[in-house]
Amino acid sequence: MTRRRLPEWFLLLLPAIIVIAAVVLIPLIFSLYSSFTPYKLTRPSTLWTWVGTYNYEKILTDAKFWTAFGRTVLFLTIALNLEMLLGLGIALMVNKVTWGQRTLRTVVMFPMMFSPILVGFQFKFIFNDNIGLVNNALQSMGFNVALPWLVDGKLAMFSILFAEVWMSTSVFAILILAGLFAIPRDPLEAAKVDGCTPFQSFRHITLPFLMPFIYIAMTIRSLDVARAYDIVQIMTGGGPARRTELLWTLMSRTGYVDARMGLANAMGYVSIILSVVFTIYFFRKLTAARAQIGMEG
Amino acid sequence: MTEVTLSNVVKFYGKHQALHGINLDISDGEFVVLVGPSGCGKSTTLRMIAGLEDISGGEISIGGRVVNDLPPRDRNISMVFQNYALYPHMTVRENLGFSLKIAKKDEAEITKAVDEAAGILGLAELMDRKPAALSGGQRQRVAMGRAIVRHPDVFLFDEPLSNLDAKLRTQMRVEIKKLHQKVGNTIIYVTHDQIEAMTLADRIVLMQDGHIVQVGTPLELFNTPLNTFVATFIGSPPMNLIDGVVSGTSSIKLAGGLSVPVPASARGQVHSGQQVKFGFRADNLMPYGHAVEEEGERADLELTVTLTEPLGTETILFTDIAGTEVQGKMLNPRPVRPGEVLKFRLMLDKCHVFDATSTDAIRG
Ligand SMILES: Nc1ncnc2c1ncn2[C@@H]1O[C@H](COP(=O)(O)OP(=O)(O)O)[C@@H](O)[C@H]1O
Ligand SMILES: [Mg+2]
Repeated sequence: MTRRRLPEWFLLLLPAIIVIAAVVLIPLIFSLYSSFTPYKLTRPSTLWTWVGTYNYEKILTDAKFWTAFGRTVLFLTIALNLEMLLGLGIALMVNKVTWGQRTLRTVVMFPMMFSPILVGFQFKFIFNDNIGLVNNALQSMGFNVALPWLVDGKLAMFSILFAEVWMSTSVFAILILAGLFAIPRDPLEAAKVDGCTPFQSFRHITLPFLMPFIYIAMTIRSLDVARAYDIVQIMTGGGPARRTELLWTLMSRTGYVDARMGLANAMGYVSIILSVVFTIYFFRKLTAARAQIGMEG
Repeated sequence: MTEVTLSNVVKFYGKHQALHGINLDISDGEFVVLVGPSGCGKSTTLRMIAGLEDISGGEISIGGRVVNDLPPRDRNISMVFQNYALYPHMTVRENLGFSLKIAKKDEAEITKAVDEAAGILGLAELMDRKPAALSGGQRQRVAMGRAIVRHPDVFLFDEPLSNLDAKLRTQMRVEIKKLHQKVGNTIIYVTHDQIEAMTLADRIVLMQDGHIVQVGTPLELFNTPLNTFVATFIGSPPMNLIDGVVSGTSSIKLAGGLSVPVPASARGQVHSGQQVKFGFRADNLMPYGHAVEEEGERADLELTVTLTEPLGTETILFTDIAGTEVQGKMLNPRPVRPGEVLKFRLMLDKCHVFDATSTDAIRG
């Protein structure tokens, strides 16, 4: 009689399964569970009190949450579109350059090489109202102002947006540039012969070819939007007085400062919906755009 | 009236000179074929006429207007590309109508023109498909349709059939010829295939290494090639060439000792001791009993067949004369075994003599 043994494929996959379970599955299940408890980091025993959907109900009626939610959606929409347009512009220009293009391509990627924390500190300094570069520059140009870049709500949002766009535009630029390199030359020449001006060629041939690349960039970016947390946290920390509060700062404040982990996790699950919606939306667009130019299947 | 004139057109790619002073006059409604081995500058010439490549020197005019500095859209030409260059994101209908849409024609007019072109090319059932869902031959037809909807002054074709299989190629060749007879526009057609050139052209322009070697009707190039390059490029199988030396004024001693008279056309043009190449086509070397009955000076040769290529109505016979492999032709063929010795007749009136050093034809 032989002992029953685990199938070989399972044994081979086991290390991977264990790692995934440890770093993804268990935290996921734990955080989902804790969002149904009044779990406070300072009172661990609260983890065992089941409160059902109490946290979720609380969030849905919480004006602070919805303000942050709305601001985040607006922020993402503006940031992604701006990054896309700027990235497209940069890619088109780099594509035109014939001399030193490799160097230029590397330069375009520089912002991707910095840690978001560093970028945050950098812009915090640049936009500082006393010693910041921007105000100094304005003053030496003769404007006698000291704009409160990181204090005024609107200006602070602008400053954060600026830093975010500075850091992530290159993702779009690089992906769109890859798209430009992949465009077949023939249809562009056919379009010229068919009577297109350079702008018409761009509008009718180049752009449809680039759309899949643009949507890939959008999908990637909408997946990693949460990274913007670092920049916001460093530059304003969501303040002053919640004027730049985005979902990410709100969550970390609730979880780590107020120590209400259960509630923070519930917020996390609600805002995951946001990420998922953005991602699905762009993924749909991507599939459609690929079908459009005959790349599917 | 849309004549196309190239005068002294030169093209440099960096330091590399691709075209060396091309002169060509193409008259209205003419079907001109640029032919030559790959890399000889055919596409470059065509793309310069289209405006897709700058002109490094010389002048190109279309319909009497110098177009050197005009972008393609102002030249009123259509081009069919080797890889079809269809717009992959548009349906067949959109592909066909694109140029008219760009020209801001109204919907009804576009639909009418597109349907008409689709009718001519048999595309009616494919109108809503994307290029990816078409076969090679269908894509080819869409590319042609896209060219004809605009009613351009000049059609430019760059090896439009080279991606098709042999049967389809023959079929499309006929369609292109019909199209020309129907629309009557000036056509400039590029190919590396001499059969396409022979069958389609009103006039053939044979190019080599960025130069024009000979311009003429298909029969002129076939019957009076200017040099050995033309002689071996045009016609299938290529002209047989055998080295020889002129001896006296009226005979040529071929390598291997065989002696043939100087053909009438070259008499008085050669001098004793001149190194020459003696050329004749397979049609002039036929075995008795399987040859065309014709009058004229002839030489009789007993030759051993080394290889046969039966083509149905005729068989190509490989043999050798004085150590040089040559090809002859057998009409109403019977099976021939390699090694068989046949008695051939060589029609001397139709033979050619080329100078061995310059490779130019010697002709009175
Ligand atoms: N874009 C280019 N850059 C550099 N050389 C080129 C370019 N296009 C063609 N050439 C060169 O010019 C010559 C003629 O090319 P082409 O006109 O394409 O030949 P064909 O169409 O007769 O085969 C070739 O030697 C080719 O290598
Ligand atoms: Mg070519």
